[in-house]
Amino acid sequence: MSVRFEVNGKPVAVTVEPRTTLADCLRHQLRLTGTHLGCEHGVCGACTVLVDGAAVRSCLMLAVQAEGAKIVTVEGLSEDRDLTPLQKSFRKHHALQCGFCTPGMITTAHALLSEEPDCDAARVREVLSGNLCRCTGYISIVEAVLDARAAYKPKERARDRA
Amino acid sequence: MKLPPFEYACPTTLPEAVQLLAAGDGEAKALAGGQSLVPMLAFRLAQPKLLVDLRKLADLRGIRISEKGVALGAMVRWREIEDDARLDTAHPLLKAAVAHVAHYQIRNRGTVGGSMAHADPAAEMPGIAMTCDAEIAVVGKSGARVIQAADFFQGPLTTALTPDEIIVEIRLPHWPASRRWGFEEFARRRGDFALGAAAVFYDQHQSGKATNAHVGAIGVADRPLRLDAVEAVINGQRVDEATIAKAEAAASASVDPQSDIHASGAYRRALIGTLVERALKRAAA
Repeated sequence: MSVRFEVNGKPVAVTVEPRTTLADCLRHQLRLTGTHLGCEHGVCGACTVLVDGAAVRSCLMLAVQAEGAKIVTVEGLSEDRDLTPLQKSFRKHHALQCGFCTPGMITTAHALLSEEPDCDAARVREVLSGNLCRCTGYISIVEAVLDARAAYKPKERARDRA
Repeated sequence: MKLPPFEYACPTTLPEAVQLLAAGDGEAKALAGGQSLVPMLAFRLAQPKLLVDLRKLADLRGIRISEKGVALGAMVRWREIEDDARLDTAHPLLKAAVAHVAHYQIRNRGTVGGSMAHADPAAEMPGIAMTCDAEIAVVGKSGARVIQAADFFQGPLTTALTPDEIIVEIRLPHWPASRRWGFEEFARRRGDFALGAAAVFYDQHQSGKATNAHVGAIGVADRPLRLDAVEAVINGQRVDEATIAKAEAAASASVDPQSDIHASGAYRRALIGTLVERALKRAAA
């Protein structure tokens, strides 16, 4: 089947079997291998992408279901020259070890902070409970997300741009 | 973990969707949010020939609140319930239960209708439907019908739906503002399937005594349960320490859970008593 949607701001058209998950379509057809696949059945959260702004598991969505949607992957959350504030915060707090879960952590945290820039530690933990880190570096991940909140508040964002 | 091959259809009207399912002769399956069905496909526990995607069916959308109660379109996602401030008063029990459904990303996709049709014995929505005497409005090739929650759940992953039927709406009866309620769930990790959960509510008579007690339990049988014996203990009584202790004992006595890899039957029996106790304490507070 042919499907059209938007990935990281660019329109794409792909031909996929109905059984192709969005995750496999992104990785194999569109070569966006930043989206990682850990469990392939909706448990680990590594494959989280944004679909029309909402964080979803791309292994539990068919590519054909993405028709007309705006998809943002972890590649779409980076800047060409510099790290984003969220990425900088991950670096500052050593919030990754092997790095396998990191794309899912970044996409999930980005969605959360975009929706709730004032979230507290309990809320960050609650939301990140859907993302497994087998290195178990959760404390530094939570600290990195909390520290990145300022960048998502409208006032600070304006100052950033200035 | 690649999905088995299947065909895919994305109808734009409900009659068209019903026709596709009916023509599938039991080998077609409706796809709502996909948060249970896609893992089932990944594990090859389901291998339908055709998936009928319900995402374009406007008839299945929206949360409607009236004096009759709360009507949830089958394609309402958990996230919409979380974000709907009207439900804080229109159905606080529903809102409290939905907070326990899986994780953030799954709540952005999973739907109430999908959860009902999937009928996992440890899932929250079927438990709320049982506890609240919900009506499930469905449409199939022989027309529309309404199924009572008590008749809907028939076993693990088994419902009264025929293969051509689609859930349109789940109707929860009116919720009075003064109603007392509690929802308590226990899972080993946040967002995991519940080892058990108890949903309770009752109305308080002027005398301070409870009437209209409803007590539901999930995770302790092959389907969500109503615990009639516990309701009988509460009705006509003040919900004080003595009543709560009796209710706890009645809850444990009225279930006979199986042992599995997650917990023994004895553990689950004790757990449901404790959860009923905690939910009642919360309701009475």
